[in-house]
Amino acid sequence: MCLAIPGKVVETFEKSGMQMARVQFGGITREVCLEYVPETETGDYVLVHVGFAISRVDEAEAERTYQALRDLDQLTELESPVVDELEPGGYR
Amino acid sequence: MKYLDEYRDGDVAARIVAGMRRIQTRPWVLMEVCGGQTHSIVKNGIDHLLPQGVELVHGPGCPVCVTPLEMIDKAHAIARRQDVIFCSFGDMLRVPGSDGDLFTIKSQGGDVRIVYSPLDCLKIARANPDKQVVFFAIGFETTAPANAMLAWRAREEQVNNVSLLVSHVLVPPALVAILQSPDNRVQGFLGPGHVCAVMGYSEYDPISARFHVPIVVTGFEPIDILHGVLMTLQQLEDGRATVENQYSRILDRAGNLPAQKLIGKVFEVTDRKWRGIGSIPQSGYRLRAEFARYDAENIFDVAEIATLEPEICISGEILRGIKKPHDCPAFGTQCSPQHPMGATMVSAEGACAAYYAYGRHLSPQGIDMLHRIAPASSAAPVHVESR
Repeated sequence: MCLAIPGKVVETFEKSGMQMARVQFGGITREVCLEYVPETETGDYVLVHVGFAISRVDEAEAERTYQALRDLDQLTELESPVVDELEPGGYR
Repeated sequence: MKYLDEYRDGDVAARIVAGMRRIQTRPWVLMEVCGGQTHSIVKNGIDHLLPQGVELVHGPGCPVCVTPLEMIDKAHAIARRQDVIFCSFGDMLRVPGSDGDLFTIKSQGGDVRIVYSPLDCLKIARANPDKQVVFFAIGFETTAPANAMLAWRAREEQVNNVSLLVSHVLVPPALVAILQSPDNRVQGFLGPGHVCAVMGYSEYDPISARFHVPIVVTGFEPIDILHGVLMTLQQLEDGRATVENQYSRILDRAGNLPAQKLIGKVFEVTDRKWRGIGSIPQSGYRLRAEFARYDAENIFDVAEIATLEPEICISGEILRGIKKPHDCPAFGTQCSPQHPMGATMVSAEGACAAYYAYGRHLSPQGIDMLHRIAPASSAAPVHVESR
Protein backbone atom coordinates (compact mmCIF):
# COMPACT_ATOMS: atom_id res chain seq x y z
CA MET A 1 0.00 0.00 0.00
CA CYS A 2 3.00 2.31 -0.19
CA LEU A 3 2.79 2.77 -3.96
CA ALA A 4 0.88 5.54 -5.71
CA ILE A 5 -1.19 4.76 -8.81
CA PRO A 6 -1.16 6.95 -11.93
CA GLY A 7 -4.41 8.10 -13.52
CA LYS A 8 -5.81 10.68 -15.95
CA VAL A 9 -7.68 13.73 -14.70
CA VAL A 10 -11.00 13.78 -16.57
CA GLU A 11 -12.71 16.58 -14.62
CA THR A 12 -11.72 19.11 -12.00
CA PHE A 13 -14.11 20.79 -9.57
CA GLU A 14 -14.29 22.47 -6.18
CA LYS A 15 -15.96 20.89 -3.17
CA SER A 16 -16.13 22.33 0.37
CA GLY A 17 -13.35 24.71 -0.60
CA MET A 18 -11.07 21.89 -1.78
CA GLN A 19 -9.74 21.33 -5.27
CA MET A 20 -10.98 17.93 -6.39
CA ALA A 21 -10.95 15.85 -9.57
CA ARG A 22 -12.38 12.79 -11.15
CA VAL A 23 -9.43 10.61 -12.11
CA GLN A 24 -9.58 7.64 -14.44
CA PHE A 25 -7.51 4.53 -13.66
CA GLY A 26 -8.01 2.00 -16.43
CA GLY A 27 -11.74 1.31 -16.31
CA ILE A 28 -12.28 2.79 -12.84
CA THR A 29 -12.93 6.47 -12.08
CA ARG A 30 -12.48 7.82 -8.55
CA GLU A 31 -12.77 11.12 -6.76
CA VAL A 32 -9.32 12.50 -5.93
CA CYS A 33 -8.14 15.48 -3.90
CA LEU A 34 -5.86 17.87 -5.83
CA GLU A 35 -4.86 20.11 -2.91
CA TYR A 36 -1.23 18.90 -3.05
CA VAL A 37 -0.83 19.43 -6.82
CA PRO A 38 -2.98 22.55 -7.22
CA GLU A 39 -1.70 23.40 -10.71
CA THR A 40 -3.26 20.22 -12.15
CA GLU A 41 -5.63 20.58 -15.09
CA THR A 42 -8.06 18.32 -16.91
CA GLY A 43 -6.12 15.99 -19.21
CA ASP A 44 -3.06 15.83 -16.91
CA TYR A 45 -1.78 12.57 -15.45
CA VAL A 46 -1.24 12.37 -11.70
CA LEU A 47 0.17 9.83 -9.24
CA VAL A 48 -2.57 9.15 -6.70
CA HIS A 49 -2.23 7.54 -3.29
CA VAL A 50 -5.35 6.78 -1.20
CA GLY A 51 -7.40 9.46 -2.90
CA PHE A 52 -4.74 12.20 -3.02
CA ALA A 53 -2.67 13.27 -6.01
CA ILE A 54 0.96 13.59 -4.88
CA SER A 55 2.71 14.43 -8.16
CA ARG A 56 2.16 14.91 -11.87
CA VAL A 57 3.64 12.53 -14.43
CA ASP A 58 3.71 12.39 -18.22
CA GLU A 59 1.46 10.06 -20.19
CA ALA A 60 4.21 7.55 -20.99
CA GLU A 61 5.22 7.23 -17.35
CA ALA A 62 1.59 6.94 -16.28
CA GLU A 63 0.90 4.16 -18.74
CA ARG A 64 4.00 2.19 -17.84
CA THR A 65 3.61 2.56 -14.08
CA TYR A 66 -0.04 1.55 -14.25
CA GLN A 67 0.82 -1.67 -16.12
CA ALA A 68 3.65 -2.42 -13.69
CA LEU A 69 1.33 -1.97 -10.70
CA ARG A 70 -1.29 -4.16 -12.33
CA ASP A 71 1.30 -6.92 -12.76
CA LEU A 72 2.19 -6.62 -9.07
CA ASP A 73 -1.51 -6.80 -8.03
CA GLN A 74 -1.12 -3.35 -6.49
CA LEU A 75 -4.37 -1.85 -7.77
CA THR A 76 -6.73 -3.29 -5.15
CA GLU A 77 -7.20 0.03 -3.30
CA LEU A 78 -9.12 1.27 -6.36
CA GLU A 79 -11.77 -1.37 -5.66
CA SER A 80 -12.55 0.04 -2.20
CA PRO A 81 -16.23 0.95 -1.83
CA VAL A 82 -17.35 4.38 -3.00
CA VAL A 83 -18.73 6.47 -0.15
CA ASP A 84 -21.38 8.91 -1.33
CA GLU A 85 -22.32 12.06 0.50
CA LEU A 86 -25.73 11.36 2.06
CA GLU A 87 -28.05 12.81 4.65
CA PRO A 88 -27.65 11.69 8.28
CA GLY A 89 -28.51 8.02 8.64
CA GLY A 90 -28.55 7.55 4.88
CA TYR A 91 -25.40 5.45 4.54
CA ARG A 92 -25.19 2.01 5.99
CA MET B 1 1.47 -1.56 -23.46
CA LYS B 2 3.58 0.47 -25.88
CA TYR B 3 5.65 2.11 -23.14
CA LEU B 4 6.28 -1.02 -21.16
CA ASP B 5 9.31 -2.43 -22.89
CA GLU B 6 11.96 0.09 -21.97
CA TYR B 7 11.75 -0.65 -18.24
CA ARG B 8 11.26 -4.40 -18.48
CA ASP B 9 13.33 -5.28 -21.50
CA GLY B 10 15.58 -8.33 -21.08
CA ASP B 11 18.41 -6.85 -23.15
CA VAL B 12 18.45 -3.70 -21.05
CA ALA B 13 18.47 -5.87 -17.92
CA ALA B 14 21.37 -7.92 -19.27
CA ARG B 15 23.36 -4.77 -20.10
CA ILE B 16 22.88 -3.38 -16.58
CA VAL B 17 23.88 -6.69 -14.99
CA ALA B 18 26.96 -6.81 -17.25
CA GLY B 19 27.79 -3.32 -16.02
CA MET B 20 27.61 -4.56 -12.43
CA ARG B 21 29.94 -7.45 -13.27
CA ARG B 22 32.45 -5.07 -14.84
CA ILE B 23 32.77 -2.89 -11.74
CA GLN B 24 32.24 -5.38 -8.91
CA THR B 25 35.43 -6.40 -7.06
CA ARG B 26 33.99 -7.82 -3.80
CA PRO B 27 30.73 -8.91 -2.16
CA TRP B 28 28.17 -6.26 -1.18
CA VAL B 29 24.90 -6.31 0.76
CA LEU B 30 22.21 -3.84 -0.30
CA MET B 31 18.78 -3.29 1.22
CA GLU B 32 15.68 -2.23 -0.70
CA VAL B 33 13.59 -0.20 1.70
CA CYS B 34 10.11 -0.17 0.14
CA GLY B 35 7.73 -3.12 0.34
CA GLY B 36 6.65 -2.49 -3.26
CA GLN B 37 10.28 -2.95 -4.33
CA THR B 38 10.52 -6.20 -2.32
CA HIS B 39 7.39 -7.49 -4.03
CA SER B 40 8.77 -6.59 -7.49
CA ILE B 41 12.18 -8.14 -6.75
CA VAL B 42 10.72 -11.44 -5.60
CA LYS B 43 8.07 -11.58 -8.33
CA ASN B 44 10.57 -10.90 -11.10
CA GLY B 45 13.44 -12.90 -9.59
CA ILE B 46 15.68 -9.82 -9.70
CA ASP B 47 17.80 -11.06 -6.80
CA HIS B 48 18.66 -14.15 -8.87
CA LEU B 49 19.76 -12.00 -11.81
CA LEU B 50 22.45 -10.15 -9.85
CA PRO B 51 26.12 -11.13 -10.03
CA GLN B 52 27.27 -13.56 -7.35
CA GLY B 53 28.17 -11.68 -4.20
CA VAL B 54 25.66 -8.88 -4.73
CA GLU B 55 22.99 -9.63 -2.15
CA LEU B 56 19.65 -7.89 -1.69
CA VAL B 57 18.12 -7.95 1.78
CA HIS B 58 14.58 -6.76 2.38
CA GLY B 59 13.80 -3.73 4.46
CA PRO B 60 11.05 -2.59 6.83
CA GLY B 61 9.06 -0.58 4.25
CA CYS B 62 5.71 -2.33 4.52
CA PRO B 63 3.47 -0.13 6.67
CA VAL B 64 0.91 -2.86 7.35
CA CYS B 65 3.71 -5.19 8.50
CA VAL B 66 5.36 -2.83 10.97
CA THR B 67 2.16 -1.53 12.64
CA PRO B 68 2.67 -2.84 16.19
CA LEU B 69 0.44 -5.54 17.59
CA GLU B 70 -0.48 -3.27 20.53
CA MET B 71 -1.92 -0.73 18.08
CA ILE B 72 -3.81 -3.43 16.19
CA ASP B 73 -5.29 -4.65 19.47
CA LYS B 74 -6.27 -1.07 20.34
CA ALA B 75 -7.94 -0.76 16.93
CA HIS B 76 -9.85 -3.97 17.57
CA ALA B 77 -10.97 -2.86 21.03
CA ILE B 78 -12.33 0.37 19.53
CA ALA B 79 -13.89 -1.37 16.52
CA ARG B 80 -15.86 -3.71 18.81
CA ARG B 81 -17.70 -0.80 20.43
CA GLN B 82 -21.37 -0.32 19.57
CA ASP B 83 -21.00 3.46 19.29
CA VAL B 84 -18.18 3.30 16.75
CA ILE B 85 -17.89 3.06 12.98
CA PHE B 86 -14.32 1.89 12.42
CA CYS B 87 -12.77 2.85 9.06
CA SER B 88 -9.56 1.47 7.60
CA PHE B 89 -7.64 0.92 4.39
CA GLY B 90 -8.49 -2.56 3.10
CA ASP B 91 -4.98 -3.97 3.76
CA MET B 92 -5.40 -3.76 7.53
CA LEU B 93 -8.55 -5.88 7.77
CA ARG B 94 -6.81 -9.25 7.58
CA VAL B 95 -3.97 -8.42 9.95
CA PRO B 96 -4.41 -10.61 13.02
CA GLY B 97 -4.24 -9.06 16.45
CA SER B 98 -4.03 -11.04 19.66
CA ASP B 99 -7.64 -12.10 19.13
CA GLY B 100 -8.81 -12.24 15.51
CA ASP B 101 -8.82 -9.54 12.82
CA LEU B 102 -11.10 -6.70 11.71
CA PHE B 103 -12.97 -9.02 9.34
CA THR B 104 -13.84 -11.21 12.31
CA ILE B 105 -15.07 -8.19 14.25
CA LYS B 106 -17.16 -7.12 11.24
CA SER B 107 -18.68 -10.60 10.96
CA GLN B 108 -19.54 -10.47 14.66
CA GLY B 109 -21.54 -7.27 14.12
CA GLY B 110 -18.89 -4.56 14.47
CA ASP B 111 -19.34 -1.67 12.04
CA VAL B 112 -16.02 -1.92 10.18
CA ARG B 113 -15.75 -0.17 6.81
CA ILE B 114 -13.05 -0.10 4.15
CA VAL B 115 -12.37 3.38 2.83
CA TYR B 116 -10.46 4.42 -0.29
CA SER B 117 -9.61 7.93 0.92
CA PRO B 118 -9.39 9.14 4.53
CA LEU B 119 -11.77 11.93 3.43
CA ASP B 120 -14.51 9.27 3.09
CA CYS B 121 -14.59 9.27 6.90
CA LEU B 122 -15.95 12.84 6.86
CA LYS B 123 -18.88 11.77 4.71
CA ILE B 124 -19.57 8.78 6.95
CA ALA B 125 -19.33 10.96 10.07
CA ARG B 126 -21.76 13.57 8.68
CA ALA B 127 -24.22 10.82 7.77
CA ASN B 128 -23.96 9.22 11.23
CA PRO B 129 -23.92 12.03 13.81
CA ASP B 130 -24.80 9.65 16.66
CA LYS B 131 -21.70 7.53 16.03
CA GLN B 132 -17.99 8.16 16.55
CA VAL B 133 -16.17 7.48 13.28
CA VAL B 134 -12.61 6.29 13.92
CA PHE B 135 -10.03 6.06 11.14
CA PHE B 136 -6.99 3.79 11.49
CA ALA B 137 -4.30 6.24 10.28
CA ILE B 138 -1.36 4.01 9.44
CA GLY B 139 1.36 4.35 6.85
CA PHE B 140 4.68 5.83 5.85
CA GLU B 141 5.30 9.33 4.54
CA THR B 142 3.44 8.55 1.28
CA THR B 143 0.17 8.21 3.22
CA ALA B 144 0.77 11.05 5.69
CA PRO B 145 -0.57 13.87 3.45
CA ALA B 146 -3.88 12.03 3.05
CA ASN B 147 -4.24 11.25 6.74
CA ALA B 148 -3.19 14.77 7.74
CA MET B 149 -5.91 16.20 5.50
CA LEU B 150 -8.59 14.21 7.34
CA ALA B 151 -7.65 15.81 10.68
CA TRP B 152 -7.31 19.24 9.06
CA ARG B 153 -10.69 19.09 7.30
CA ALA B 154 -12.43 17.65 10.37
CA ARG B 155 -11.33 20.74 12.29
CA GLU B 156 -12.07 23.16 9.43
CA GLU B 157 -15.55 21.73 8.87
CA GLN B 158 -16.18 21.10 12.59
CA VAL B 159 -16.97 17.44 12.03
CA ASN B 160 -16.44 16.50 15.64
CA ASN B 161 -17.54 12.87 15.62
CA VAL B 162 -14.50 11.77 13.63
CA SER B 163 -11.13 10.79 15.09
CA LEU B 164 -7.84 9.19 14.06
CA LEU B 165 -6.03 6.25 15.63
CA VAL B 166 -2.56 7.26 14.49
CA SER B 167 0.26 4.78 13.96
CA HIS B 168 2.44 6.59 11.43
CA VAL B 169 6.04 5.62 10.77
CA LEU B 170 8.96 7.33 9.05
CA VAL B 171 11.68 5.82 6.85
CA PRO B 172 14.86 7.77 7.77
CA PRO B 173 14.90 6.86 11.51
CA ALA B 174 14.40 3.20 10.57
CA LEU B 175 17.49 3.34 8.35
CA VAL B 176 19.47 4.80 11.25
CA ALA B 177 18.22 2.01 13.55
CA ILE B 178 19.30 -0.61 11.01
CA LEU B 179 22.74 0.96 10.55
CA GLN B 180 23.28 1.31 14.30
CA SER B 181 22.49 -2.33 15.00
CA PRO B 182 25.66 -4.21 16.04
CA ASP B 183 24.87 -7.04 13.63
CA ASN B 184 24.08 -4.77 10.68
CA ARG B 185 25.05 -6.17 7.26
CA VAL B 186 23.64 -3.41 5.04
CA GLN B 187 26.22 -1.41 3.04
CA GLY B 188 23.91 0.51 0.71
CA PHE B 189 20.21 1.33 0.36
CA LEU B 190 17.73 1.50 -2.49
CA GLY B 191 15.61 4.37 -1.17
CA PRO B 192 11.79 4.37 -1.40
CA GLY B 193 10.59 6.21 -4.51
CA HIS B 194 7.03 7.15 -3.63
CA VAL B 195 7.93 8.13 -0.06
CA CYS B 196 10.44 10.57 -1.56
CA ALA B 197 7.83 11.84 -4.03
CA VAL B 198 6.21 13.37 -0.94
CA MET B 199 9.23 14.16 1.26
CA GLY B 200 12.02 14.71 -1.27
CA TYR B 201 15.35 13.18 -0.34
CA SER B 202 17.44 15.86 1.37
CA GLU B 203 16.71 14.27 4.77
CA TYR B 204 18.78 11.25 3.68
CA ASP B 205 21.96 13.32 3.23
CA PRO B 206 22.95 13.32 6.93
CA ILE B 207 22.40 9.54 7.17
CA SER B 208 24.52 8.86 4.11
CA ALA B 209 27.28 11.11 5.43
CA ARG B 210 27.20 9.92 9.04
CA PHE B 211 27.33 6.20 8.24
CA HIS B 212 29.21 6.56 4.95
CA VAL B 213 26.50 4.60 3.16
CA PRO B 214 25.21 5.17 -0.39
CA ILE B 215 21.45 5.76 -0.67
CA VAL B 216 19.95 5.65 -4.17
CA VAL B 217 16.27 6.64 -4.37
CA THR B 218 14.83 4.02 -6.73
CA GLY B 219 11.59 3.12 -8.51
CA PHE B 220 9.96 -0.27 -8.30
CA GLU B 221 9.97 -1.56 -11.87
CA PRO B 222 12.53 -4.28 -12.66
CA ILE B 223 14.85 -2.04 -14.68
CA ASP B 224 14.55 0.72 -12.07
CA ILE B 225 15.68 -1.69 -9.37
CA LEU B 226 18.58 -3.07 -11.43
CA HIS B 227 19.62 0.48 -12.28
CA GLY B 228 19.42 1.46 -8.59
CA VAL B 229 21.61 -1.52 -7.68
CA LEU B 230 24.18 -0.54 -10.34
CA MET B 231 24.29 3.07 -9.11
CA THR B 232 24.75 1.88 -5.51
CA LEU B 233 27.52 -0.57 -6.50
CA GLN B 234 29.29 2.18 -8.43
CA GLN B 235 29.37 4.34 -5.30
CA LEU B 236 30.53 1.46 -3.11
CA GLU B 237 33.30 0.47 -5.52
CA ASP B 238 34.39 4.12 -5.82
CA GLY B 239 34.39 4.50 -2.04
CA ARG B 240 31.73 7.22 -2.31
CA ALA B 241 28.64 7.64 -0.14
CA THR B 242 26.04 10.12 -1.33
CA VAL B 243 22.31 10.30 -1.98
CA GLU B 244 21.45 9.85 -5.65
CA ASN B 245 18.12 9.82 -7.46
CA GLN B 246 17.47 6.98 -9.91
CA TYR B 247 13.77 7.92 -10.06
CA SER B 248 14.13 11.49 -11.33
CA ARG B 249 11.30 11.03 -13.83
CA ILE B 250 8.93 10.97 -10.82
CA LEU B 251 10.50 13.02 -8.07
CA ASP B 252 13.00 15.72 -7.24
CA ARG B 253 15.08 16.69 -4.23
CA ALA B 254 12.42 18.94 -2.73
CA GLY B 255 9.42 16.59 -2.89
CA ASN B 256 5.85 17.85 -2.60
CA LEU B 257 6.03 21.09 -0.61
CA PRO B 258 2.27 21.68 -0.07
CA ALA B 259 2.00 18.14 1.32
CA GLN B 260 4.97 18.61 3.63
CA LYS B 261 3.47 21.89 4.85
CA LEU B 262 0.16 20.32 5.88
CA ILE B 263 1.89 17.30 7.47
CA GLY B 264 3.87 19.77 9.59
CA LYS B 265 0.70 21.60 10.68
CA VAL B 266 -1.13 18.44 11.73
CA PHE B 267 1.54 16.00 12.91
CA GLU B 268 4.63 16.11 15.09
CA VAL B 269 7.44 13.59 15.31
CA THR B 270 7.32 11.08 18.16
CA ASP B 271 8.87 7.78 19.22
CA ARG B 272 7.11 4.82 17.64
CA LYS B 273 7.18 1.11 18.17
CA TRP B 274 7.67 -1.01 15.03
CA ARG B 275 6.33 -4.53 14.89
CA GLY B 276 9.26 -6.95 14.85
CA ILE B 277 11.84 -4.24 15.55
CA GLY B 278 10.73 -2.50 18.74
CA SER B 279 10.76 1.16 19.66
CA ILE B 280 12.72 3.54 17.41
CA PRO B 281 13.27 7.10 18.68
CA GLN B 282 11.58 9.89 16.71
CA SER B 283 10.39 7.40 14.09
CA GLY B 284 6.73 8.33 13.66
CA TYR B 285 4.04 10.96 13.70
CA ARG B 286 1.34 11.78 16.24
CA LEU B 287 -1.32 14.46 16.10
CA ARG B 288 -0.26 17.85 17.40
CA ALA B 289 -1.90 19.14 20.59
CA GLU B 290 -4.19 21.40 18.51
CA PHE B 291 -5.80 18.25 17.12
CA ALA B 292 -6.12 16.44 20.47
CA ARG B 293 -9.91 16.26 20.20
CA TYR B 294 -9.51 14.24 16.98
CA ASP B 295 -7.11 11.75 18.57
CA ALA B 296 -8.87 8.42 19.14
CA GLU B 297 -6.41 7.52 21.89
CA ASN B 298 -7.69 10.52 23.87
CA ILE B 299 -11.34 9.72 23.23
CA PHE B 300 -11.32 6.02 24.03
CA ASP B 301 -9.84 4.61 27.17
CA VAL B 302 -7.75 1.88 25.59
CA ALA B 303 -5.12 1.09 28.15
CA GLU B 304 -1.66 -0.11 27.16
CA ILE B 305 -2.22 -3.62 25.92
CA ALA B 306 0.39 -6.29 26.59
CA THR B 307 0.96 -8.55 23.64
CA LEU B 308 3.25 -11.46 22.86
CA GLU B 309 4.66 -12.38 19.48
CA PRO B 310 5.39 -16.06 18.79
CA GLU B 311 8.94 -16.82 19.94
CA ILE B 312 9.78 -18.70 16.78
CA CYS B 313 9.18 -15.63 14.54
CA ILE B 314 12.33 -13.97 13.15
CA SER B 315 10.56 -11.11 11.36
CA GLY B 316 12.57 -8.54 13.35
CA GLU B 317 15.82 -9.88 11.93
CA ILE B 318 14.30 -10.09 8.45
CA LEU B 319 13.13 -6.46 8.63
CA ARG B 320 16.67 -5.39 9.54
CA GLY B 321 18.28 -7.41 6.77
CA ILE B 322 20.04 -9.88 9.06
CA LYS B 323 18.05 -12.94 7.99
CA LYS B 324 15.93 -14.15 5.07
CA PRO B 325 12.55 -15.93 5.21
CA HIS B 326 14.25 -19.30 4.57
CA ASP B 327 16.18 -18.98 7.80
CA CYS B 328 12.90 -19.39 9.72
CA PRO B 329 11.80 -22.94 10.61
CA ALA B 330 8.14 -21.86 10.57
CA PHE B 331 8.27 -20.27 7.08
CA GLY B 332 5.77 -21.95 4.77
CA THR B 333 4.86 -24.57 7.38
CA GLN B 334 3.36 -23.12 10.58
CA CYS B 335 3.46 -19.62 9.13
CA SER B 336 1.75 -18.68 5.86
CA PRO B 337 -0.29 -15.71 4.55
CA GLN B 338 -3.44 -17.55 5.71
CA HIS B 339 -2.00 -17.98 9.22
CA PRO B 340 0.68 -15.31 9.64
CA MET B 341 2.77 -15.47 12.82
CA GLY B 342 4.62 -12.20 12.42
CA ALA B 343 5.12 -8.86 10.72
CA THR B 344 6.69 -9.97 7.44
CA MET B 345 3.88 -12.43 6.62
CA VAL B 346 0.84 -10.22 7.35
CA SER B 347 0.81 -8.19 4.11
CA ALA B 348 1.62 -9.00 0.48
CA GLU B 349 4.45 -6.46 0.63
CA GLY B 350 6.17 -8.22 3.52
CA ALA B 351 9.26 -10.23 2.58
CA CYS B 352 7.89 -13.58 3.88
CA ALA B 353 4.52 -13.14 2.15
CA ALA B 354 6.23 -12.19 -1.13
CA TYR B 355 8.54 -15.23 -0.92
CA TYR B 356 5.51 -17.41 -0.23
CA ALA B 357 3.38 -15.90 -3.01
CA TYR B 358 6.05 -16.70 -5.61
CA GLY B 359 6.69 -20.25 -4.49
CA ARG B 360 9.93 -19.74 -2.60
CA HIS B 361 8.70 -21.92 0.24
CA LEU B 362 8.75 -24.76 -2.31
CA SER B 363 12.21 -24.01 -3.71
CA PRO B 364 14.70 -21.26 -2.86
CA GLN B 365 14.65 -20.03 -6.47
CA GLY B 366 10.88 -19.85 -6.36
CA ILE B 367 8.67 -19.86 -9.39
CA ASP B 368 10.82 -17.31 -11.09
CA MET B 369 8.92 -14.79 -13.18
CA LEU B 370 12.02 -13.78 -15.08
CA HIS B 371 10.53 -14.94 -18.37
CA ARG B 372 7.94 -12.20 -18.01
CA ILE B 373 10.48 -9.42 -18.20
CA ALA B 374 12.93 -11.08 -20.56
CA PRO B 375 12.32 -13.34 -23.55
CA ALA B 376 13.83 -16.78 -23.02
CA SER B 377 16.59 -16.17 -25.57
CA SER B 378 18.06 -13.22 -23.70
CA ALA B 379 17.06 -14.17 -20.17
CA ALA B 380 18.67 -17.56 -20.04
CA PRO B 381 22.31 -16.54 -20.66
CA VAL B 382 22.05 -13.76 -18.07
CA HIS B 383 20.76 -16.19 -15.53
CA VAL B 384 23.47 -18.78 -16.19
CA GLU B 385 26.31 -16.28 -16.28
CA SER B 386 25.27 -14.82 -12.97
CA ARG B 387 25.81 -18.07 -11.08
